[in-house]
Amino acid sequence: MDWQGQKLAEQIMQVMLLVFAVIAFVAGYVLGSFQMMILIYAGGVTLTTLITVPNWPFFNRHPLKWLDPSEAEKHPKPQVAVSSKKKATKK
Amino acid sequence: MHSFGYRLNVLLTFAVTILALMCAMASLSDNLNTPSPSAEIQIMNINWFQKQPQGNDEVSLTMNISADLQSLFTWNTKQVFIFVAAEYETPKNSLNQVSLWDAIIPAKEHAKFWIHTSNKYRFVDQGNNLRGKEFNLTLHWHVMPKTGKMFANKIVMTGYSLPEEYR
Repeated sequence: MDWQGQKLAEQIMQVMLLVFAVIAFVAGYVLGSFQMMILIYAGGVTLTTLITVPNWPFFNRHPLKWLDPSEAEKHPKPQVAVSSKKKATKK
Repeated sequence: MHSFGYRLNVLLTFAVTILALMCAMASLSDNLNTPSPSAEIQIMNINWFQKQPQGNDEVSLTMNISADLQSLFTWNTKQVFIFVAAEYETPKNSLNQVSLWDAIIPAKEHAKFWIHTSNKYRFVDQGNNLRGKEFNLTLHWHVMPKTGKMFANKIVMTGYSLPEEYR
């Protein structure tokens, strides 16, 4: 997922879970059935899982633009300072 | 939210936290219920009334217990546990409570009932104080919830007494 997708997934997840919780509680209370509350909520959790957890394509509509390989070769890579590190560890 | 496992963890944690809140609200909703139970116990017969070899009095009696406890049930009630206790005073104990009978009511439909029964548990005194004893019969109930707080209360019925002599 890209960054926008992650934000979207989090928002959808929070809203869906809260909405299903409210619907489940109200339905259970009005019908006088604790089991109905649990069933509606369990269904809601499952549905939310299916929508927000897998890496669906619509979560990747703003993909990160990585640097093109041909462009990267034109610029020198930074060198790792190997010799000074060795002196420090021997002390 | 960068990986499958991370999102699954967040979802499950949030879902379980919300479930805990829903259960707390369900338990709080029990306080909105105003129960109006009623009960009556008649002692049909004193079957026998003896002094045991150890020196303690024992009574066997047959009761007719009728009650309407339907108003105790809410959507959050798992079952109602009821028991009948005989309560009386002796020189040794300011309060004696002896459980004579109990039952579990699993659903509202079964909460309006009558039963003709002898005492399920033995009515034995600590001593030999029961001759001519006046006692109360109390119906206690525990409303056991599906989630949250249990409510307990009772109805005290007075005016019962045992025979003056052993039978």
